[in-house]
Amino acid sequence: MHILCCLARVPDTTTRIHVAADGRSPDLKDAQWIINPWDDYALEAAVQLKEALGGEVTVVHVGPVDFQKDLRAALAKGADKALQIQTTGALGPHSIAALIAAHCGKPDAVFLGKQSVDGDVGATGAFLGKLLGLPVAGRLSALTIKDGTFTARREIEGGVETVEGSLPALFTLDKGVNEPRRAGLKEIMAAKKKPLEVVKAEPLPPRLEALKLELPRARQGGRIVGTGAGAVSELVRLLRDEAKAL
Amino acid sequence: MPKGIIVHLEVRGGVVKRASLEALAEAQRLSASLGGSVTALAVGPDAAAAHAASGSVKLLTCPLEHWSTEAAANALAAALRAEDAAFAFIGATVQGRELAAATAAVLDAPYLADVVALRANGTTLEADRPIFAGKAVLVVRPVALPAVVSLRPGAFASNAPVAGAPGSPLAHTPDATALRVLVTALAAAAAGRKDVSEAEIVVSGGRGLGTPEAFQMVEDLASVLGAAVGASRAVVDLGWRSHAEQVGQTGKVVAPKLYIACGISGAIQHLAGMTTSRTIVAINKDPEAPIFKVADYGIVGDVAEVLPALTAALKAALSGR
Ligand SMILES: Cc1cc2nc3c(=O)[nH]c(=O)nc-3n(C[C@H](O)[C@H](O)[C@H](O)COP(=O)(O)OP(=O)(O)OC[C@H]3O[C@@H](n4cnc5c(N)ncnc54)[C@H](O)[C@@H]3O)c2cc1C
Ligand SMILES: Nc1ncnc2c1ncn2[C@@H]1O[C@H](COP(=O)(O)O)[C@@H](O)[C@H]1O
Repeated sequence: MHILCCLARVPDTTTRIHVAADGRSPDLKDAQWIINPWDDYALEAAVQLKEALGGEVTVVHVGPVDFQKDLRAALAKGADKALQIQTTGALGPHSIAALIAAHCGKPDAVFLGKQSVDGDVGATGAFLGKLLGLPVAGRLSALTIKDGTFTARREIEGGVETVEGSLPALFTLDKGVNEPRRAGLKEIMAAKKKPLEVVKAEPLPPRLEALKLELPRARQGGRIVGTGAGAVSELVRLLRDEAKAL
Repeated sequence: MPKGIIVHLEVRGGVVKRASLEALAEAQRLSASLGGSVTALAVGPDAAAAHAASGSVKLLTCPLEHWSTEAAANALAAALRAEDAAFAFIGATVQGRELAAATAAVLDAPYLADVVALRANGTTLEADRPIFAGKAVLVVRPVALPAVVSLRPGAFASNAPVAGAPGSPLAHTPDATALRVLVTALAAAAAGRKDVSEAEIVVSGGRGLGTPEAFQMVEDLASVLGAAVGASRAVVDLGWRSHAEQVGQTGKVVAPKLYIACGISGAIQHLAGMTTSRTIVAINKDPEAPIFKVADYGIVGDVAEVLPALTAALKAALSGR
């Protein structure tokens, strides 16, 4: 089995966002960068599938900045090969998908996170599925693959859907689908010997033009109504008469 | 030059989702400046029921035995081409976000995801998109048309559903290969339970509750208010609550009329998911907790003491109406 797992690089979720000098992009100079939180589930699912059915897991990242440390970490968690497609210029889901499709052959199973926590778009999987000719099962919080078919769950507003299909397929994963593993020292050492390739490529032109980046108006919080149960009646009054929230 | 807007109507249990009604109303508002007409499309097992809310708009239907995102995306793309429309509008529910991305992929078109405001600008649109879970808002414009737009539930006004004429079938036959992944069942959440992303009031609990059993106090308050129950990631990770209830950057982003945070510290990832709520109340025993910086009203105190008192006081206040 050729199993592919796509890893995005995002600013740590504690990052405070500032507007860059151009007025339309975030200034992320001081950000700490991490693997997109949902992609940890994608990696774990890819490795579990390999452990069940055999084959090889390739992790791929598209982006301008050296991501080798994180790719090595993914190798330590059980991936076999890593590829960084090194680009310059702005990336959209269509161009990330196009570059992955051009460099990663014909996978039997592809795993992504449900969305990246920076742009909050959630479209790379759909574009990649289309380009690879694979059916897409998205935002899954449980997934069982057996005898070439799969059964999955997707949490929607007020309910849970059962999603079914067969391999080859592309999956985007939500929390709950598995418990991502940690790598031990032995795995970290072994990962140093696994292949990690870097190729350079040009992304497609962007499809959205950024006009402006704005920060939300700061909330005027900080009004303490009182202490303990004694403050409850005043709170109810404020909610009813002032905030008209009841 | 493509013109006009196709709006996808999501139908669940014979009822058009509120998010779709909002997308429809917004499309009608914008088409006054953009020109072109608004057409509705309903796909899937419940498609025929969509006319209960399509009003004066032309409705196309594409029935399917089981929902398939791929088949629905193909149908939406076919409708867009047939009408030579410039935009596809989709309510950004979970299903809607899957469909919108798939449709953009089929059309190989620009995709404006989860927008909270739209403005006509000549023949195109400008959109406000929250990024970093709402820590910033990016104003964007597609560089080509057609383009696909998903609209955040609750961010746009909707009209009351008005029944229209029964839909006419879309001239498009779903391809068998588009039926490779199917939704074969839907288990509704327990009766009376609201989803945090759809509720007008959300009462959330955090680690300050102390035990999973103590969440009963949160449930009681929520039931008096007709609210949904939310949770911080800490208690989801502890297994006290399900992930469906998690509010925040890696959970759900909510913007209810009233958000009550109980025993939640207010970590930046949690705040990202709820600071656009209209009114925020925080109950926390630590006066320095960061949640108080965003709360309109705070009570410093122990949840075990404050929550039952608040539930009782609200019960009395609301029954008096
Ligand atoms: C990648 C990443 C993503 C994340 N995403 C999210 C997310 O989407 N949503 C989210 O919520 N978090 C998220 N977090 C976690 C976040 O950083 C915090 O750890 C989490 O929000 C804390 O939850 P809490 O407020 O319930 O717990 P704590 O931070 O432990 O706070 C408990 C609070 O309860 C108060 N308290 C204690 N006892 C009582 C009492 N008896 N009465 C009243 N108050 C009391 C305390 O004063 C304290 O303020 C994320 C973290 C990471 C690293
Ligand atoms: N630059 C990237 N390189 C590799 N995979 C990516 C990249 N960006 C996004 N992805 C994958 O696509 C998923 C959805 O991201 P997005 O469409 O950006 O919200 C992520 O969870 C990753 O699995």
